[in-house]
Amino acid sequence: MTKQKDKIKEFGDEIVTSVEKGKQPKIHIPVRALSNIVFNQKTKTLELGNKMADRYFFNVAHAKKFLQTVEVAAVSRELIETGKHASLRDVFYMVKRTIPNTSTNIVDDQTESDKSMEDLELITSFSREQLHVNANKNGSVAGSVVIEDKGDVIDWSKMGSGGWSIPSNVEEITFKKVHARYVLYMEKAAVWERLHEDKYWNKHDCIIMSSQGQTTRGIRRLLQRLSQEHSLPIFVLADFDPYGVYIYSVIKYGSINLAHMSGRMTIPSVRFLGITADDIIKYDLKKHFIKMKDIDFDRLKQISEYDWFKNNKPWQRQFKMMKDFGAKAEIQALSSRGISFISEKYLPDKIKANDVLD
Amino acid sequence: MAIPIAEELAKKQREISVAEFFERNKHLLGFDNKRKALLTVIKEAVDNSLDACEEAKILPEVKVEIIEMSEERFRIIVEDNGPGIVKKQIPNIFAQLLYGSKFHTMKQSRGQQGIGISAAVLYAQLTTGRPVKIVSKISPDHPAHYYELHIDTTNNKPEIMKEGDIPWKKDKGTKVELDIEATYQKGDQSVDQYLKATAIVNPHATIIYTNPKAEQLVLTRATDKLPKEAVAIKPHPYGVELGIMLKMLRNSDSRTMQSFFCNEFSRVGPQTAKEILDKAKISPQQKPGEIVLAQVEMIMKAIRDTKIIAPPTDCIVPIGKELLEKGLKKEVNAEFYVTVSRSPEVYRGIPFVVEAGLAYGGEQPGDESVKLLRFANRVPLLYQQSSCACFKSVIQTNWKPYGLQQSQSALPVGPLTLAVHLASVWPPFTSEAKEALAHYPEIIKEMKLALQEAGRQLGIYVNKRKKAKEEQERVSIFENYIPEVASALSRITGKSKDSINASMKRMLAKSKEFIEQNQVRLQGEKDD
Repeated sequence: MTKQKDKIKEFGDEIVTSVEKGKQPKIHIPVRALSNIVFNQKTKTLELGNKMADRYFFNVAHAKKFLQTVEVAAVSRELIETGKHASLRDVFYMVKRTIPNTSTNIVDDQTESDKSMEDLELITSFSREQLHVNANKNGSVAGSVVIEDKGDVIDWSKMGSGGWSIPSNVEEITFKKVHARYVLYMEKAAVWERLHEDKYWNKHDCIIMSSQGQTTRGIRRLLQRLSQEHSLPIFVLADFDPYGVYIYSVIKYGSINLAHMSGRMTIPSVRFLGITADDIIKYDLKKHFIKMKDIDFDRLKQISEYDWFKNNKPWQRQFKMMKDFGAKAEIQALSSRGISFISEKYLPDKIKANDVLD
Repeated sequence: MAIPIAEELAKKQREISVAEFFERNKHLLGFDNKRKALLTVIKEAVDNSLDACEEAKILPEVKVEIIEMSEERFRIIVEDNGPGIVKKQIPNIFAQLLYGSKFHTMKQSRGQQGIGISAAVLYAQLTTGRPVKIVSKISPDHPAHYYELHIDTTNNKPEIMKEGDIPWKKDKGTKVELDIEATYQKGDQSVDQYLKATAIVNPHATIIYTNPKAEQLVLTRATDKLPKEAVAIKPHPYGVELGIMLKMLRNSDSRTMQSFFCNEFSRVGPQTAKEILDKAKISPQQKPGEIVLAQVEMIMKAIRDTKIIAPPTDCIVPIGKELLEKGLKKEVNAEFYVTVSRSPEVYRGIPFVVEAGLAYGGEQPGDESVKLLRFANRVPLLYQQSSCACFKSVIQTNWKPYGLQQSQSALPVGPLTLAVHLASVWPPFTSEAKEALAHYPEIIKEMKLALQEAGRQLGIYVNKRKKAKEEQERVSIFENYIPEVASALSRITGKSKDSINASMKRMLAKSKEFIEQNQVRLQGEKDD
């Protein structure tokens, strides 16, 4: 852990030295805006470009961010020193206070401290988890897998109805036994519970994993490790709507926010299983449509214009059909065909036919 | 034998006297309601006092007193230190409508038609039946004359109820006392506001005002300089309408048309007179009295087709930049004042000058519409704001660049008082009640130019103030952030917090310029 600590100290020393010399204190940092995000055609991932920006203290527009960044760095150093881990929410409260003589808070919103944390990752080249800051646990997994985490041996097949909850930091996990043909990742916890109750993972030799909404870093990293270390195919099951596609896109290509972590997150081999427009027609799900709003159409347009989807014909076909439907459908719409239709018919058929989108 | 109906009708047809007409149409003269009546009576009396003092080159000191006699009945006493009125004129001036000295001259004054004070007398007579009481003295060697007058409305003639000489300790001056039915209220369009506004544009006058609650307000003069005397000018041909031309011809003493044009108009010399008459196909030798209507029409057209120099403008007496500013400073508590006095211009052959002033900041509320004060020949206009040329020019001016908020076709919002003054030998009022100025494009254009000129200076001031405030805020941001940054850096590096703090404070102190330099250098650079 001393490497991380030294790196933070180095960052602080640099600022203090320039202050002592009477030079404008600044933080040199890559630009983390859309303008500096590039899609690497070779690795098929979103990466940070090489545009750099300086954040100056003596600049009204920068002063507050400057303060937030050094404040978060101080918190992280203290965590490393005491050997404790904190959540992003904890960090927010550790940083949040009103600056004396003003009505300004150092941070008003957790997104501000989160951003500073991401900046600190860039400054130190260590991941947040390595800097002792974790996200909230979010997500469950089940399957015939045995792992070891901090000395505890954990069997994912014997975790009861809730499954094993995936920690934010999965770096220190080692896989003891992995018996699975593929990993099925879904955006809905409710669907995961359905499959778990039906022992889907047991019947079909796979791992089922879910989060609630956006995929956390811990899950993405865990998926990546299963893909890389055990060559397991990863399938994504998401709602038939622009956000479902986006979830898939983030897992496969990376996100703008975490472009600096692309190497540790993205899984180029991931495939999209459903729900597709063809599923809608095949399983007669139209009657469970939810009408798309203007904001949904806007989002759909944005996504369809992403570099990595722009020339992808099968995906463009999906986008067009979604637009023509003017409607979206949830995974749970499948339940209209019977409560276990998804585990007994839909998924086995799809997997068998390898009916997936790349 | 039946009498023709026309004969029957003829029995009922007779002349209506002006007095009778106004008796029925009080609203035309500003007596629409009881509250406004109080203001109109005081306004007419004060206008007369100020006009009289200025004509006699006396620094005006006007006393206004309102006494509540009973519910909705007030006694109004206005007393001045003016030249007084000679005995035989008193009844005519106060008790005959349309009697006056000002109607027949082209000269800048507050009153115009000779209706004002006699209309007030008529109103008193109608509502309380009481006569007007007048005391006037023209010099210490003369006695003070006392009159009680009614108006004989059928014949529009004064009816003397009482007259005589009385002792009065004043050297000279006039005192008018009227009992009227009215209501008194403070606030917008009140007597209090009118007198305050009067004080702004008449910084040479002292006004002592006692309201019905027996509170005395002394509006002291801010200068001992009397306004320059207004000179009477002859009408300019462009400003004369057909009817007036006809009347001038009938009443003319000139023997020929050539001399009629040369003597009775301004800016018409022998050459111009000849040109007009040539175009109208009228002989220069013809007698004015012989001109028939068809010829007058020719003359009007000829005038329109002839180039005539604009009328002289030295007849206008503006308040002036400095005095207007003094007036504003005296009555409006603000932090920044600008005044503008434009050069004379002409509308329809009538010269005029526009002046504008503004008082910004201070205790004025910043989230309300600006206060607009309108004046014509130094008289405040309180009613009909939205139909006035002053209002139109204010809303047509874009105030946003001058640091005020403004939505479309509304007064701007901000801590501001605006004064717009039109001085002219004949201000174009929209009605006899003299409440609003007509929308002549020439006048609106001048008003807008005046407002823009004042606005630009306001803009410079407001922006300077804003910049200074921002600079202050900027420095205080850094001052407050430094201890926080120092503390964080100390926790990161283990170095002394105090020493980092001190170094950063030193940088801040050294560097107002430093900050600005960096500000410039960093412009355009933004991170997410």
